[in-house]
Amino acid sequence: MSLLELGDVHIAYGNVKAVKGIDLVVNDGEIVTLLGANGAGKTTTLRAISGLLRLQSGVIRFGEHELQTMPAHKIVELGICHVPEGRRVFGTLTVEENLNLGAYKYRNDPGRVQSGRERVYQLFPRLEERQRQLAGTLSGGEQQMLAIGRGLMSDPRVLLLDEPSLGLAPKLVQEIFRTICEINRQGVTILLVEQNARIALRVAERAYVLETGRIALSGESLELRRDPRVQQAYLGVKEAAGLS
Amino acid sequence: MALFIEQLVNGLTVGAVYSLVALGYTMVYGVMRMINFAHGDFFMIGSYLGFTLVSSALLGGAIPLWAALIVVVVLSMAGVAIIGVIVERAAYRPLRRSSRLTAVVSAIGVSIFLQNAVMLIWGPRYRAYPPWSVPSITWQVGGIYINFMQVLILAVSFGLMVALYLFVQRTTVGAAIRATAIDHDTARLMGIDVDQIIRLIFLIGPALGAAAGVLLGLYYRQIHFTVGWTYGLKAFTAAIMGGIGNIPGAMVGGLLLGILEMLGAGYISSAWKDVFVFLILILLLMFRPTGLLGERIAEKV
Ligand SMILES: Nc1ncnc2c1ncn2[C@@H]1O[C@H](COP(=O)(O)OP(=O)(O)OP(=O)(O)O)[C@@H](O)[C@H]1O
Ligand SMILES: [Mg+2]
Repeated sequence: MSLLELGDVHIAYGNVKAVKGIDLVVNDGEIVTLLGANGAGKTTTLRAISGLLRLQSGVIRFGEHELQTMPAHKIVELGICHVPEGRRVFGTLTVEENLNLGAYKYRNDPGRVQSGRERVYQLFPRLEERQRQLAGTLSGGEQQMLAIGRGLMSDPRVLLLDEPSLGLAPKLVQEIFRTICEINRQGVTILLVEQNARIALRVAERAYVLETGRIALSGESLELRRDPRVQQAYLGVKEAAGLS
Repeated sequence: MALFIEQLVNGLTVGAVYSLVALGYTMVYGVMRMINFAHGDFFMIGSYLGFTLVSSALLGGAIPLWAALIVVVVLSMAGVAIIGVIVERAAYRPLRRSSRLTAVVSAIGVSIFLQNAVMLIWGPRYRAYPPWSVPSITWQVGGIYINFMQVLILAVSFGLMVALYLFVQRTTVGAAIRATAIDHDTARLMGIDVDQIIRLIFLIGPALGAAAGVLLGLYYRQIHFTVGWTYGLKAFTAAIMGGIGNIPGAMVGGLLLGILEMLGAGYISSAWKDVFVFLILILLLMFRPTGLLGERIAEKV
């Protein structure tokens, strides 16, 4: 059953067209990944879903709601949370304050905020040890955990993750992706933007490949992993290796 | 030594008022990266509203004078807060995406509009708070004299500053203000309505400015529709001293400026005290535009 659906979405920055008519569906409970090279329009697409950017044309449907004219804070209230590229934690606020802000829509319900924090600390025990520390003093990996944890505080149905592996050591990437799968098992639908196609195709059921603002390929992750075009462009597999 | 301590108390008194006004500059800058050049006029309107309220029946003696004065302060704050929110909606929100220069021109337009409105309502001449609005009580504490108005100013100003500090540092909405100052887009992704936060800033800043206007009106008694620029510039200097965007910095900057001004007045010449202040502003802008407290703490709000 489709939960989030983009229909013929066009987005431009001034005269520069960044997204040129994409259709994309995310079903309830899935992990879907959106792959693509630098500048393909992945971040632009996520920012449009979360209401930070306005569409030139097209529709974004979430259940029975249409999001394309809704302000960003309303979209969070509906249950979509966007964890931005580059983590963007509030550096001069403490870890705990960052988490509390993630639950801004529950600010008058301290019990709910409290149980949200407990859930996040269970997923990322390291954050609990650092709860009184300023977020700016965390390591890159910890900041990514905080960014994801902060996103979960709004108890979203859909989590939009923009390059959670960016700049992290391979071991940490594994750890972050294990947690992403765990979050998905808890019932959160995930739209994952990644440049690390190898790991993204391993955790996602389906994938879309974006090239200069258009969907070039889409399908089951298993199939795309075998597709020579994907292997060559995104998995770094040489043609000869693809034949063997 | 007595002169020194006396000027210190005088300095703290006017300085606390500067701090209140400086907070408005610093909070607007912190959240919007904009200098609200009309902010001094909120101070000015506060002093006129206070003047009208003081001259009305409020001080009829039904409640103690100090309590009545606090009621006057609170009502003036409420009135100017409403004006602040209207100004933001009408003159700044439509220009949110335009250049800085556009916003500055709009702010100057607002300032001229507010000054002329006050001139039309209250007249172009100086007005004076009636002499009976402040009891002439003076206490002697350890060799120095301190009067009723100084105590009232220090109590109200510090009360407001402590309240603001706790609100910004200890509540979730306060954290949302700090987050918005850091990064509007990410604040939106938290579900924070950034327009609402800006509206809140334009409620708090003008309200604090209005409190300052009433207090200083009661202290010096004379008010005029052009005082917004003089005191606005002083408070702006205080905000720069503390590092603009930094809330505790604005509080400290105001107190420091008041003390410097009064020491200058006491030891050099009181006729030149405004000149000292503007000299400080020019030197700061030339040599320490990030404020005396240094770059590290001058991180926005
Ligand atoms: N604020 C902006 N103003 C103008 N053009 C922009 C802006 N942001 C992005 N673009 C352009 O839009 C296109 C898509 O950018 P986008 O950030 O969505 O790419 P991306 O797929 O997320 O890339 P990356 O993998 O590097 O994050 C690029 O050509 C980029 O230069
Ligand atoms: Mg990107």
